[in-house]
Amino acid sequence: MNWAGLYTVLSGVNRHSTAIGRIWLSVIFIFRIMVLVVAAESVWGDEKSAFTCNTQQPGCNSVCYDHFFPISHIRLWALQLILVTTPALLVAMHVAYQQHQEKKLLVLTGHADARHMEEVKKHKMRIAGSLWWTYVCSVVFRLLFEAVFMYIFYMLYPGYQMMRLVKCEAYPCPNTVDCFISRPTEKTIFTVFMLVTSSVCIVLNMAELIYLVVRACSRRSQHNSNPSSGKGSFYGHKHSSEYKQNEINQLLTEQDGSLKDMLRRNSGLQEKGDRCSAC
Amino acid sequence: MDWGALHTILGGVNKHSTSIGKIWLTVLFIFRIMILVVAAERVWGDEQDDFVCNTLQPGCRNVCYDHFFPISHIRLWALQLIFVSTPALLVAMHVAYRRHEKKKQFRKGDQKCEYKDIEEIRRQRFRIEGSLWWTYTSSIFFRLVFEAVFMYAFYFMYDGFRMPRLMKCNAWPCPNTVDCFVSRPTEKTVFTIFMIAVSSICILLNVAELCYLLVKFFLRRSRKAGNSKQQPNHENKEETKQNEMNELISDSCQNTVIGFSS
Repeated sequence: MNWAGLYTVLSGVNRHSTAIGRIWLSVIFIFRIMVLVVAAESVWGDEKSAFTCNTQQPGCNSVCYDHFFPISHIRLWALQLILVTTPALLVAMHVAYQQHQEKKLLVLTGHADARHMEEVKKHKMRIAGSLWWTYVCSVVFRLLFEAVFMYIFYMLYPGYQMMRLVKCEAYPCPNTVDCFISRPTEKTIFTVFMLVTSSVCIVLNMAELIYLVVRACSRRSQHNSNPSSGKGSFYGHKHSSEYKQNEINQLLTEQDGSLKDMLRRNSGLQEKGDRCSAC
Repeated sequence: MDWGALHTILGGVNKHSTSIGKIWLTVLFIFRIMILVVAAERVWGDEQDDFVCNTLQPGCRNVCYDHFFPISHIRLWALQLIFVSTPALLVAMHVAYRRHEKKKQFRKGDQKCEYKDIEEIRRQRFRIEGSLWWTYTSSIFFRLVFEAVFMYAFYFMYDGFRMPRLMKCNAWPCPNTVDCFVSRPTEKTVFTIFMIAVSSICILLNVAELCYLLVKFFLRRSRKAGNSKQQPNHENKEETKQNEMNELISDSCQNTVIGFSS
């Protein structure tokens, strides 16, 4: 299981994302993960072996390295990327659950043939209802993880710039000893690059959040302005079988388009009007 | 045979797991195996080469390293992950056995067999009940046991989860008590704590799955006891079916209404 495996897992989620979500995923994989694997890991590859202190005292090198680099940049970025990409799996799980429910519904309405089942698997879920909340939570978690890791970076390595020389006096170093870091300028460049892409991802996530909220609000105002929808029709004739059939028909029209089309084509259900509260 | 191959093998078992089982498998592969491969192996990569002792005595460094690290963290974790993921193969074997039986039935032309063709038998997802329930529960139990055993082995061998910077060693042939310095102790402590935390999450998921299976078992049993008292008739079945359908539709649309009603 490596970055390629993660890519396979996450590319499935891509289908149910918004356009901004897809851009975000591409930025993550191309500008962060790929740069990490292809370039940054070789820059930091000799970080310990080439960390040299001006002393012959055994152990001074190790101790000073550990003092100045409690956790390597590369590992921090790897952890950050894994934690930032995994909230998308919440959405994948929710979509799988909804598809499972749709399949059960097809079985109960007697439309459980292979063609319909394939359609359920292939059709794109609308980000509406509880899926909207799951999606928004996943975006919020992404933002949170990005912010937390940026803060950790700032706490551990204030200033983002890699020094050429650090002075160390931890035991067993006999006194204050000069220690030299390998490739400081290259490391600074890559640190700044990864920070910039991280900021771009934060901006994309915020844009996606705003887009989702605005879309939900505009949908809500459309729903409110449509007088035929509302509580009245729900609580009118609660107990008659006619009411139940009307309710099923109405709810069927509110389902995702393809499922609605599927069932209508095959059972001749009549729409009572397009009361789509979640379109 | 590597972690990718294990992922392929266990991905097949995933189809017959409960939802909690699927979450557990995802946590295992992404937060444990992937972290191990992508990050932890690099941190421990130079553990012996950079284990430095304050002596020129030949052999002292080797002996001290062996004394303090009888088995490396990385190897312990790899063993733990293999042992913890393989009980799922019990379930895979049981499912394969059931499929084999159904195929035999189908080939004999048994009228009781409800499948249209062999492909359907191959694709079918079995419900976790009967003997499969016992196999599944045993596999979860073994997972829990292995996780607990390895956590204990870790704690016992390394006396807590913190990696010290300095270790004092006086094993032969070291001339006297010698200072030995461990490479990257803080980074190792961070990853040890991370792996322990995820291991605990996996233990919790397994316990939750066990509880879920037990509750489902007892509910099913009480429902069966309740149903056997009623007389089943055609009308009841139709009503139940319609109720289930309405429930499904209202479940999936309830959220829409909750999300957007004023």
